[in-house]
Amino acid sequence: MSTTLLFAILLVIAVVAFILGRMRAGALSQGRSSALHSRPNYYGAFAALVAFLPPLILVAIWLAVSPFVINSAVRDTFPQEVKGQSQAQQSLAFGMVSTIARGLPWLSEDEVRAVKQDPSSLQSVFAGKGVAVAAEAQPYMLDSAATLNAMAQTSRTLLSALAIALSVVGAFFALRVVAPRFRARNQVERVMLWALLLASSIAILTTVGIVASMLTEALRFFNAVPAHEFFFGTVWDPRFAGAGASSNGQFGLIPLLAGTLYIGFVAMLVAVPVGLFAAIYMAEYASPRMRSLAKPLLEVLAGIPTIVYGFFALVTVGPFLRDISAQLSGLVTGNYASFIQAQSVITAGIVMGIMLIPYVSSLSDDIITAVPRALRDGSLGLGATRSETIKRVILPAALPGIVGALLMTASRAIGETMIVVLAAGVAARMQINPFEPMTTVTVKIVNQLTGDLEFTSPQTLVAFALGITLFCITLALNIYALYIVRKYREQYE
Amino acid sequence: MNIMTEAATEELLEKKMNAVPLKMVGKDVSVFYGDKRALYDVNLNVRENTVTALIGPSGCGKSTFLRTLNRMNDTIDGCRVTGMITLDGEDVYDPSIDVVELRARVGMVFQKPNPFPKSIYENVAYGPRIHGLAKSKAELDQVVEQSLQKAGLWNEVKDRLQEGGTGLSGGQQQRLCIARAVAVSPEVILMDEPCSALDPIATAKVEELIHELRTNFTIVIVTHSMQQAARVSQRTAMFHLGNLVEENDTDKMFTNPDDQRTQDYIMGRFG
Repeated sequence: MSTTLLFAILLVIAVVAFILGRMRAGALSQGRSSALHSRPNYYGAFAALVAFLPPLILVAIWLAVSPFVINSAVRDTFPQEVKGQSQAQQSLAFGMVSTIARGLPWLSEDEVRAVKQDPSSLQSVFAGKGVAVAAEAQPYMLDSAATLNAMAQTSRTLLSALAIALSVVGAFFALRVVAPRFRARNQVERVMLWALLLASSIAILTTVGIVASMLTEALRFFNAVPAHEFFFGTVWDPRFAGAGASSNGQFGLIPLLAGTLYIGFVAMLVAVPVGLFAAIYMAEYASPRMRSLAKPLLEVLAGIPTIVYGFFALVTVGPFLRDISAQLSGLVTGNYASFIQAQSVITAGIVMGIMLIPYVSSLSDDIITAVPRALRDGSLGLGATRSETIKRVILPAALPGIVGALLMTASRAIGETMIVVLAAGVAARMQINPFEPMTTVTVKIVNQLTGDLEFTSPQTLVAFALGITLFCITLALNIYALYIVRKYREQYE
Repeated sequence: MNIMTEAATEELLEKKMNAVPLKMVGKDVSVFYGDKRALYDVNLNVRENTVTALIGPSGCGKSTFLRTLNRMNDTIDGCRVTGMITLDGEDVYDPSIDVVELRARVGMVFQKPNPFPKSIYENVAYGPRIHGLAKSKAELDQVVEQSLQKAGLWNEVKDRLQEGGTGLSGGQQQRLCIARAVAVSPEVILMDEPCSALDPIATAKVEELIHELRTNFTIVIVTHSMQQAARVSQRTAMFHLGNLVEENDTDKMFTNPDDQRTQDYIMGRFG
């Protein structure tokens, strides 16, 4: 019985238990709903949960554990000489066996007999059935495959029988427990509470898992390359992976970090004034109609995928800046050579800044609108103009919150990938000319992880070290921003 | 011939009233919030160096009327004012009038103390600074000190002028807001239930202050408390459902009102 079918059966039992539970509750109350502790639906839900949840947990555990049990049992059937081989070769043999096991059910009995007599024909016979076998099969593999199939079959049948039995028993138990004073609502709600807890812990556990996996890979990198060479190295030259130990590259983080911060800085230079002014306009001057029209439009910018910004930079902004710089230098020096390259810090910075405008404006807008109306009235009542009120009362009051918002925006700028991949260039250099290309941490992560890879070389593993560095920087920025924003909130409470 | 005719009495009263010049005059003032009408053709005069109290049950339009006097209603979306309000004979809703200048002449103190999140000194110096009323730091210091003194707060805060204004107690905050309004040297001060968020002791202090301020300023105060109106004001106006019911000398208003509704309200029969 397949797992899907099993689930369907369990669901049917649960639905039946729900209906029966409700009916039983209804019958017990004899139509007087006040006689019941909970609404009849809760009794139904309780019965359904008891019928469904324990088998569900059983299935989950069984499916997780049984492959290991079967695996080791099948390995025991291997001949002695195979067991004597290395771990890797045994795994290979087991891989073959499971492939054959997958193919066996497709063969007719005659074919099985023929294959058993001549294992070398197995590859071609299986290929005819659409199952690719990597190498020539050994005779013992067919037996092991048969064992594997048989055990898997037994395991599945056993599981189905157990799960269904458990479900039915659960349903009967629940129905027996149902009584007018039984607190079904509290029970159901407790289960829901656990479900909510589970959902929230999944996000946290995933984060922990991601960090842990990045950390272990990064540690492997730091085994190959000393940490101080990575963090304080000023040359980024990883060479090619697999070119041999003699050509171990240099993995200096500093040029990448410099590029990241420089481009982020240019982006903030664009995004902060524009976004802040837009927010001030929206919060203080715009009529409600204008606001209802302009705010969603501005936020559409935030919905554009960053890759689209990336090719906007690559196709439009970059060439435009290059051409205009050629014109300018032509006017000044007579030599029409562009001094801005198509891929440059300024291109990436400007486009990233445009991307960040909606973040700055919408966060700041929220913060400015949160300044109490009483402060506005107080200032206006003294004969201050709107502009004076904004400059001298509202912005100072909102400043901590705005700084928090800007820090959050900055952490986005640092983590941004697609725009810089397309618009900033790949040259890891340390320089201060914004018209030249530079590269960022994110760009290099993409570079190191694309193409044909050997996963154990430092050239690849460096991506994890870069990733964890980036993660730490943005995490620190976000925590600091949250701290400031929280402190600011207390001001008006 | 001590018995005066009714007409003669009227004439005498008229003369007495006219002796005090009118600072602000509201003529047929109506206010709309969107489609909803909040005030119906109110005619109300504010006399110079007098405390005028506006009373009435909640939602009767007294605060709305107060806010029309310095056009604070302009900041509310969808608010429309018709009729005429004059300050020293000038129409305050005339397009040629600068609303900023008007608010400098007609200051306002709000229901809830709303000091800016700045120091005490900066709170008071805010108005003089934006209007350029002080030419030097010393002059500004003087304005701040005088204003705090007028608001009866100087002795309590003179040693901590650089501390935050929000750190003061509620009553002190409200007097700080009064000092802030006074610092601009307005001609009229509007107070919108200035004591409703204060305890009785702080209220007594603010009321005392209103008494003193009367010598230099014209004051219009909205209050929920009839005792307060009786204590601080010389003239009282009673609003009900957006209409001005009665305007009279405070003494007369609380002893022998002309209108039955005023009588009922003062006796606590509604409100």
